[in-house]
Amino acid sequence: MRFWPLLWSSLWRKKVRTTFTLLSILVAFLLYGYLAAVNKGFSLGINTGADRLFLRHKVSLSILLPESYLGRIGATPGVVDVVHATWFAGIYQEPKNIFPQLPVDPERYLRLYPEFLLPEDQKQAWFADRTGAVAGRTLVEKFGWRIGDRIPLVSPWRKQDGTSTWEFTLRGIYDGAAEATDTRQFLFHYDYFEEARMFGKGMVGWYIIRIHDPKRAAEMAQRLDSNFANSFHETKTMTEKALVQGFARQIGDIGTIIGAILTAVFFTILLVAGNTMMQSVRERTAELAVLKTIGFSNHLVLTLVLTESLLLAGLGGVVGLGLAYWAIERGDPTGGVLPVFFFPPNDIVLGGVIMVALGLATGILPALQAMRLRVVDAIRRA
Amino acid sequence: MGKDQILVRVRDLHKVFHRGSERIDVLQGLNLEVPRGDFLAFMGPSGSGKTTLLNLIAGLDRPTQGAIDVDGQRIDQMSEADLARWRARHTGFVFQLYNLLPVLTAERNVELPLLLTPLSRAERKRHVQTALSVVGLADRAQHYPRQLSGGQEQRVAIARAIVADPTLLLCDEPTGDLDRKSEDEILDLLQALHREYGKTVLMVTHDPHAAARAQRILYLNKGTLSAEPIE
Repeated sequence: MRFWPLLWSSLWRKKVRTTFTLLSILVAFLLYGYLAAVNKGFSLGINTGADRLFLRHKVSLSILLPESYLGRIGATPGVVDVVHATWFAGIYQEPKNIFPQLPVDPERYLRLYPEFLLPEDQKQAWFADRTGAVAGRTLVEKFGWRIGDRIPLVSPWRKQDGTSTWEFTLRGIYDGAAEATDTRQFLFHYDYFEEARMFGKGMVGWYIIRIHDPKRAAEMAQRLDSNFANSFHETKTMTEKALVQGFARQIGDIGTIIGAILTAVFFTILLVAGNTMMQSVRERTAELAVLKTIGFSNHLVLTLVLTESLLLAGLGGVVGLGLAYWAIERGDPTGGVLPVFFFPPNDIVLGGVIMVALGLATGILPALQAMRLRVVDAIRRA
Repeated sequence: MGKDQILVRVRDLHKVFHRGSERIDVLQGLNLEVPRGDFLAFMGPSGSGKTTLLNLIAGLDRPTQGAIDVDGQRIDQMSEADLARWRARHTGFVFQLYNLLPVLTAERNVELPLLLTPLSRAERKRHVQTALSVVGLADRAQHYPRQLSGGQEQRVAIARAIVADPTLLLCDEPTGDLDRKSEDEILDLLQALHREYGKTVLMVTHDPHAAARAQRILYLNKGTLSAEPIE
């Protein structure tokens, strides 16, 4: 800390230049943090649910499967549990308010998704109410719902009375066990849906299957699909991870796009910050020589220049990541299209590593130059 | 003169520079003894090797041949790291162009050598105040170099050179960039440091007026020293 005033003063030797360099670094890290959250949103579930398989119609997710498959799937060796779900596609109040609404078997579904945390009393209240529903915390906060609220949804699934409006009573609010858990789902009783719908009876959207050994997921998928080979409703089974990756790829390889953007940004910043440090050290040749005359060793001079460079990268980086965190906390920019939107802790740590790497990369050359500086030559040049 | 009274002993000192294919013998077998508490001025024409000699005694450069002994230590045989430590402990250097760090206040500039000591912040501050008082600039502690006159800047530089109480004070043309009034102030100060505080001062100058303030004068010409000016 005794060198702090020297370091701080040296950093701000040229205030305008340092400010612009800091702003460049800040923007780079702001972009990094924000895109990390977007990337996480697109890749939700890619690293979760390793023991869950997703079984759908071979041709398309939009083609329904018989409900009767439930028993055959459950009886397949290696399957621990299974539940089906169907896309309800309802609209709440306005067409823009679209979120996942699924008619499910409540008990089975919660067994398959233990990461959905629901208080026991709310769970029992939902089980007991045929028109009851539960919703994730994000969804509830977005619409300001409270337990007991009546929630009408207008769905393409017509009811037997010819109307399209389905009413539900909110019986519970679930939280996610992890930050990456999707807390925007709206779940209600399949029995109510099946009984009331006008068409499609006995058909469901897809099956979620828990298997005994996640390492044998590929083999299990093949075995499950072979159960229904050459039938009217052939199936395609994949891991949840593959499913989510498939969705993301429909938009584009988000991870690669984000990676390319960030590589370009950080390469530019490397040049900008590196140039700042080189100039700064070149301008201080005589001053560095004075420090050495006073008794500062070559290694101490090297350390001081490197620390200054790390300080520059660290300052810009910390403020940039802080701003990214603040912006992310303000909410999903897509208005709910992304299932989750948060700053992944791993990416915060990686941001810190990038900061250090940037500081070292931009500082090492000028630091070596400063270390090798010969006092008598430097003073003569000055 | 007793062995322990000799602070600087230089034996058969050679320094050769190469400029392209040209060999320049700046110092040629130079011998010198500087007693403790001496105020010695080196004079000589440009290029005679005055600054080179001072840099060698300050441990800023290495001789091509010969030995330099300061306070019983062979500094020409020290490693770079040891030499840096030795400089921090034993030398205070005053440059012609002051060479203060423009981003630091006078107080922070003077504090620099003390950053290499184990002194606490409070102790460092006390030493800095004392050094600035000795040079008569205690009231300018918070001023930046750009807010000081040339003479004041050089006094801050002298405060920086003496703050760690070095064995040797080395001055390279300390008045070379000053007007007559400021020059006299600086020379008064160097004399006071020598007389009142017993400092050993080695000063390079081409100005006879400045050299006259020293206890003795040695003349450098063609790489050797003599007590008499060379015509």
